[in-house]
Amino acid sequence: MNLAEFFLKHRMEILQSTGEHVWLVGLAMLFAIAIGVPLGIVVTRRPWLSKPILGSANVAETIPSLALFGFLLPVPWLGERADRLAIVALTLYALLPIIRNTSAGISGVDPAVREAARGMGMTGRQILWKVELPLSFPTVIAGVRVATVLTIGIATIAAAVGAGGLGEFIFRGLAMVNDQLILAGAIPAAILALGADFILGVLERRLRPAGLASR
Amino acid sequence: MSAEPDREAVIEFRNVGYRLPGGRDSSAGLLESINLRVHPGETLVLLGRSGAGKTTTLKLINRLLEPTGGQVLVEGKSTLDWDPIALRRRIGYVIQETGLFPHYTVEQNIALVPRLERWPEDGIRARVADLLALIGLSEDFLPRYPHELSGGQRQRVGVARALAVDPPVLLMDEPFGALDPLTRSEVRREFQALQRQLQKTIVIVTHDISEALLLGTRIALVDSGKLVGTFSPQEFLRSGEPVAAAYLAQLRELERSGDPHEPR
Repeated sequence: MNLAEFFLKHRMEILQSTGEHVWLVGLAMLFAIAIGVPLGIVVTRRPWLSKPILGSANVAETIPSLALFGFLLPVPWLGERADRLAIVALTLYALLPIIRNTSAGISGVDPAVREAARGMGMTGRQILWKVELPLSFPTVIAGVRVATVLTIGIATIAAAVGAGGLGEFIFRGLAMVNDQLILAGAIPAAILALGADFILGVLERRLRPAGLASR
Repeated sequence: MSAEPDREAVIEFRNVGYRLPGGRDSSAGLLESINLRVHPGETLVLLGRSGAGKTTTLKLINRLLEPTGGQVLVEGKSTLDWDPIALRRRIGYVIQETGLFPHYTVEQNIALVPRLERWPEDGIRARVADLLALIGLSEDFLPRYPHELSGGQRQRVGVARALAVDPPVLLMDEPFGALDPLTRSEVRREFQALQRQLQKTIVIVTHDISEALLLGTRIALVDSGKLVGTFSPQEFLRSGEPVAAAYLAQLRELERSGDPHEPR
């Protein structure tokens, strides 16, 4: 049986696992954005928090992913459901690029622009929403893009704790020394990563503030 | 000097000092005992070399910085007693790099403060049209973004934005510094006309002596964080003050080498 026949025969399982995969990554990214962007803003407002916040996110990033899933297993509420655990772990991984890019984007706003905004009597909140966030938008989206691609890859490990996703095929294939099974997980995961990268790239260009187009 | 606020002064510095926050070293003081009054309708030029404390002095007026000693009064009230937002909206602010918002069109940039002040849209439209005429740009420029403008055009838009809500006071930090010499003298001449037309109280920071003589009704010479003195342009030319003399020597040198923008 060649690879194409294998894929055709198992298309329903592959589709289902892909769906699970998207679900895990999608939710993790939503949480990571909801937590990471505000933290990135906080880092620029309170420089003394920069070290603890970026430091913790950095540490989370350096824990080998398989080990992180293992560490979270005995945590009471998390350990109850595998997908819950997987989403929390993936969120932790996605945080760092988002926090870092948000703070870099905001710090990268031309000081003259920020000073003019202050000098014209804009409040801190107005400067954030009307100036800093729009101007740092491309950088923030770039961070989300990196985080998404990263998370799609790491999410294959989630199968190790029984959270499903495309990792199921990979782990089964490894156990049975079956290349076709491994590819049934690896190829869709790669396509997902490329697709997400492409879509976020388009979004980055489309939503870029007009005046920044030529930069 | 009386302790009463000077009714005649729009801006008054009373024994103002400024040192960097956290600067334990006493020599870290950037400004020392500045006493200065700016009267309605006059154009005061803060002249001095880089690092002399001119920009610091300017930023104390719209409370981008707060004095660490003495008081800065605007319209008779200490800047610390003003709501900083209300204070800054009464004071136009133009800086060298213009600080135009790159993601805003010319129209949005000029209309920024009126929108913050929640003016009705038709009032804003009329005001923007007036300002555009004032700075001599056509309506075609309204939908353009700053990166589509020349340096001189950006500078004009920066001035229009600062004038949008018709503030009684205008602060300008090296407003023409980033322009090439030809554009600079052109924009300066326009600004002179604008000055006569608007009768605002203006404080300009510059390190350029010919600009100071050209635009200032009074020149405040700042050196190493201290105010050397204030002079009318005529007094400045005759002044025996060593710092002023150094500037004049430089001016004569420029004239000998045929500088295109001469003082009046």
